Amino acid sequence: MDAFNSIILILDATLRNATPLIFAALAGMFSERAGIVNIALEGKILISAFAGASAAYYTGSPWMGLLAGMMASVMFAQLHAFATVTHNGDHVVSGLAINILAAGLTAAVGNYWFSQGGNTPNLVSRADELNARFEPIVFPFAEALADVPIIGGIYSELLSGHYILVYLAFLAVPLCWFVLFRTRFGLRLRATGENPQAVDTAGISVTKVRYLALLVCGLLAGFAGVYLAVALTAQFSPNMSAGKGYMALAALIFGKWRPKTTMLACLLFGALQAIADRSQGAIILGFEVPVQLVEALPYILTVVLLGGFIGRAVAPKAIGKPYVKERA
Amino acid sequence: MTAQTQSAAEYALELRGIDKHFGAVHANKNIDLKVEKGTIHGIVGENGAGKSTLMSIIYGFYEADQGDIAIDGRVLKIKDSKTAIASGIGMVHQHFMLIQNFTALENVVLGAESGELIDESLDKARAELNRLSEEFGLSVPLDQPVEELSVGFQQRIEILKALYRGARILILDEPTGVLTPQETEHLFKVLDSLKAQGTTVILITHKLREILAATDNVSVMRRGEMVAHVKTAETNQEDLAELMVGRKVLLQVDKGDSAPGDVKLSVHNLSMTDSAGVKRLDNVSLNVRAGEIVGIAGVSGNGQSELLETLAGITPVDSGSIDLNGHTLDARHPMNPSQVRKAGIGHIPEDRHRMGLINTFSAYEAFVLGYHRNHEYNGALTMKQAAIIADCKEKMERWDVRPQDPYLKTANFSGGNQQKLVIAREIEQNPDVLLIGQPTRGVDIGAIESIHKRILEMRDAGKAILLVSVELDEIRSLSDRILVMFDGTIVGEVPADKADERTLGLMMANIVPDEIKALQAEEPA
Amino acid sequence: MSQHRIPAWITVGVIPLANVAMAALAAALVFWYLNINPLEALQAMVYGAFGSSYGWGYTLYYMTSYIFTGLAVAVVFQAGMFNIGGEGQAYIGALGVGLVCLGLGGHVPLFVLLPISIIAAFVFGGLWALIPAWLQAKRGSHIVITTIMFNFIAASMMNYILINFLKPSGTMSVESAVFDPSSWIPKMHEALALIGISIDRSPLNLSMFWALFVAFAVWFFLWRTRWGYEVRAMGSNASGAQYGGISIPKTVIMIMIIGGGLAGFMALNVVQGEAHQIKLNLVNQMGFTGIAVALMGRNHPFGIVIASLLFGFLTQGGSELQFEYSVDARIVVVLQGLVILFSGALQNMMKHPIERLYLRLSSNRKKTSEELAAEA
Repeated sequence: MDAFNSIILILDATLRNATPLIFAALAGMFSERAGIVNIALEGKILISAFAGASAAYYTGSPWMGLLAGMMASVMFAQLHAFATVTHNGDHVVSGLAINILAAGLTAAVGNYWFSQGGNTPNLVSRADELNARFEPIVFPFAEALADVPIIGGIYSELLSGHYILVYLAFLAVPLCWFVLFRTRFGLRLRATGENPQAVDTAGISVTKVRYLALLVCGLLAGFAGVYLAVALTAQFSPNMSAGKGYMALAALIFGKWRPKTTMLACLLFGALQAIADRSQGAIILGFEVPVQLVEALPYILTVVLLGGFIGRAVAPKAIGKPYVKERA
Repeated sequence: MTAQTQSAAEYALELRGIDKHFGAVHANKNIDLKVEKGTIHGIVGENGAGKSTLMSIIYGFYEADQGDIAIDGRVLKIKDSKTAIASGIGMVHQHFMLIQNFTALENVVLGAESGELIDESLDKARAELNRLSEEFGLSVPLDQPVEELSVGFQQRIEILKALYRGARILILDEPTGVLTPQETEHLFKVLDSLKAQGTTVILITHKLREILAATDNVSVMRRGEMVAHVKTAETNQEDLAELMVGRKVLLQVDKGDSAPGDVKLSVHNLSMTDSAGVKRLDNVSLNVRAGEIVGIAGVSGNGQSELLETLAGITPVDSGSIDLNGHTLDARHPMNPSQVRKAGIGHIPEDRHRMGLINTFSAYEAFVLGYHRNHEYNGALTMKQAAIIADCKEKMERWDVRPQDPYLKTANFSGGNQQKLVIAREIEQNPDVLLIGQPTRGVDIGAIESIHKRILEMRDAGKAILLVSVELDEIRSLSDRILVMFDGTIVGEVPADKADERTLGLMMANIVPDEIKALQAEEPA
Repeated sequence: MSQHRIPAWITVGVIPLANVAMAALAAALVFWYLNINPLEALQAMVYGAFGSSYGWGYTLYYMTSYIFTGLAVAVVFQAGMFNIGGEGQAYIGALGVGLVCLGLGGHVPLFVLLPISIIAAFVFGGLWALIPAWLQAKRGSHIVITTIMFNFIAASMMNYILINFLKPSGTMSVESAVFDPSSWIPKMHEALALIGISIDRSPLNLSMFWALFVAFAVWFFLWRTRWGYEVRAMGSNASGAQYGGISIPKTVIMIMIIGGGLAGFMALNVVQGEAHQIKLNLVNQMGFTGIAVALMGRNHPFGIVIASLLFGFLTQGGSELQFEYSVDARIVVVLQGLVILFSGALQNMMKHPIERLYLRLSSNRKKTSEELAAEA
């Protein structure tokens, strides 16, 4: 029973850990499928976490936090588009600029606003009668069923009691699939990532498609950041994204730029994080695996995949290449 | 007012005073053009004459600096491809504008969707495409990814794309470059049936034979200007060629008889499979002797490039063997390009921008590419810059490369001078065997003559030369023997005096005429 | 292809300056928003960075690190690739330096130890770049992504090594033992004191001279040797290089090892010159800043020295602001971000208008015969 309980706990943590990765990886999917390399997910998560926590603190409403977080992330995404699409800037450099700018601005402005070393105040505070954090959603009868063996663990512990954003993340996966593979916008977006010149000659504005793609990217990355600051921790602290944007990028590659497989990659990486958090290591086949190895496993796996040792990850063809009308 | 209505009736497309600059390059100079409704109108000109730029302006890909475009007599501002499509203009680009991992159906629908969701668009398109392909003989597999389809099919998809969008004016930019003569014939039949249905076709090419075969009217461009409009029935190849280049050209090069010596290059049963698993070379065997030019004819993409690159050591050999000037090159004895050079092989690559030159390098640096490890250019640690520059100056003078500035970036030389730079570099190293690919691609006519002369001089000096070109005229006028390639194999060999266009054309489509078969039966290779 | 030649003074002079000016303008807006007078802030930064031998010491200390991490990006960029792995390569380089100092410190004199630690920094950093290089060369894995992943892998690995092997038992903080003082690279103030010049104490140490020498050596390598020729040929046109008999996989691996090794050199300055122990997170984003330095320095070693000085100024001057105006120290990061944004991501924003302006102005003049000849 103990083993069962700890598995439930790990799976429960897996869902929590995977949520921001799923949002961010889907965000990256929209941008990369449109041909824009996105190493800027990290910065977009961070800026939305900061804006989300700040707005939630000032308004007292987590939903206002979500709105503000998404707006901030969209602004950064549009800056990303301005650099990479309008001015044909290098995608990698633009992404780095956004990450570094986000890291600096959130800390400097945060310190100016709240004078707490870059942190926002806690979003739940008795003294201020403030509760601006998302509330967990408890499923009907969850409490009643909690003590039922097996079912209680799965239903009450694993499935019930998460923040609404967790459920939204998993809903977003089929939704994004539908948008990318069943709508006109998705068709055009995927075409843009493969051959922008063909898209242009088909009478579609590459610029418009890529701006829109980054707009959606910004919205989704906003969910990831707000989840971290307004749901998971109820506070912003500098650099709280802690590499999640890069891990989401790894998951996107590991999932071969497809929604379902990307979600599975996020769950895998979330599970590894959960295992690493729970123990000082794991015993696998009688060997003690150091916790640092478990932590590094998502990156190692992605490198192994990129090396073509387990399947092949084929990126959109036009990714990373600014679209310039060539002189005939 | 009456003139306007009249032109509306007569002309599908009318250009008045179209002018376009790219920086300092004046690509289109005050172009006038009238295309009659329901005709096939050819536009000929050399590479770089400004044809593609002009068509891109009509299609809204570039905006003209000045001038008007009138469709059916109405002056329109075509600021992007969307407007062009809406005005009934369709274009089949030289390089197909297809999404390789989309199906034919998805490619056709892209940009012409009927609603927010694609399923209904696809269903609607499928019905319409079935009708169109039946009507015009354009059947294609609709549900296979385009990357799995042949070039001929891909071109049909491009035409279907335009027709699906309701194109009344169809522009085709160099449509036959990748087709066999027989596929070309089919294409022209399709164009005829389009014409019969009232579609206006504009055909851009630099192949005079096609113009004569397919068009009603023809306009000639030269150096950005429109120099003549004539009825096809009232002209001939020689006149058009003269208009195109601006003076009488000798289509035939004077060359003496060859005096072949020992075999310097021989290929035995060479095969090569590329990384995608496609067999690019299939059991190729050939010999080249000292003092002869062996030409390789074929539609581009039938293994000629792979053959040259394998011989040059760029692509490894899978099976079979090559004897390069006394050195064996096979799977067990691989050679890299510098070892091949050391064996006395020079290589003028097919595409100087992709291979022969490094655009950011100065001329003197480009002049040692491939020979940069030679001891005459190197000290213990450093390269001997002064010696390299002096060497470069000398060769530039000998080859009349202009401007004679060793420090100028290679990108800033004209196409002809860039090509001279590459040819000079390879020939000056005095190789025994020369591999030559497309020696005059993108080179102006004056330079072509001098390049051809140099190649013949090399032959007469006893070099063994293998020449690959998609220009049949070039192959026919330079080669002593001609091999034709199709789908990675050598279809057959034709002596230069028996190589007429029809024979070569058939062989390029893998059909060997009986008299050639008889010839080959006589003397086994 | 450029039809018109834009003179070098515009490309390497006016345009970069205009980009920095835009970044400065944006920074001024940020300062203004944070209730700091931008001009006063600039004054404070200049004073903090250059107003004293103490300020100079810090500025040059940071410059030294940035030269190494900037060169690490630039050499690889000359081969047409993006090395984002400086962060991890420098970290592993620090392991090499640390192991040499921990193992040999106190047993051999500095003039014996230093060459070994220099080699160790290079070899460790270079080897860390080898796997991404090999994967790129042989398996076609994109080096941008693999080097990012390797930064994280390096962080986890160093964490493990520090906790399990290098942390002296009984200490709480995750760091190695302090090296034997005989293995330390002498500080500049100590060295200058020997010849009778007195300056303030600062982390600046003699590895600065090594950085300047290495910058020169990189230039020499790239523009005067056949290996450099091959690297630049590949960077400009890989298939052209292959045609020229240059082995792409070999060149990729060689230049990545050099890049990683150069990043590893950073540890000489930070670990052997200043911290004297291996600490957690010691690279502290300086590998990433190297990207900005390389960008600003246009991937040319001499440009990188100048850009490193600018970033040294930003880092030191910016941290001065913290004391002057209780602003968060990470304002420096904002400044760096703005420089990368305007000099890198948005470099074309100013480039095109300036070039067009130049062309308009110059087309009013008569074309010289030289220009005409070049077009022929």
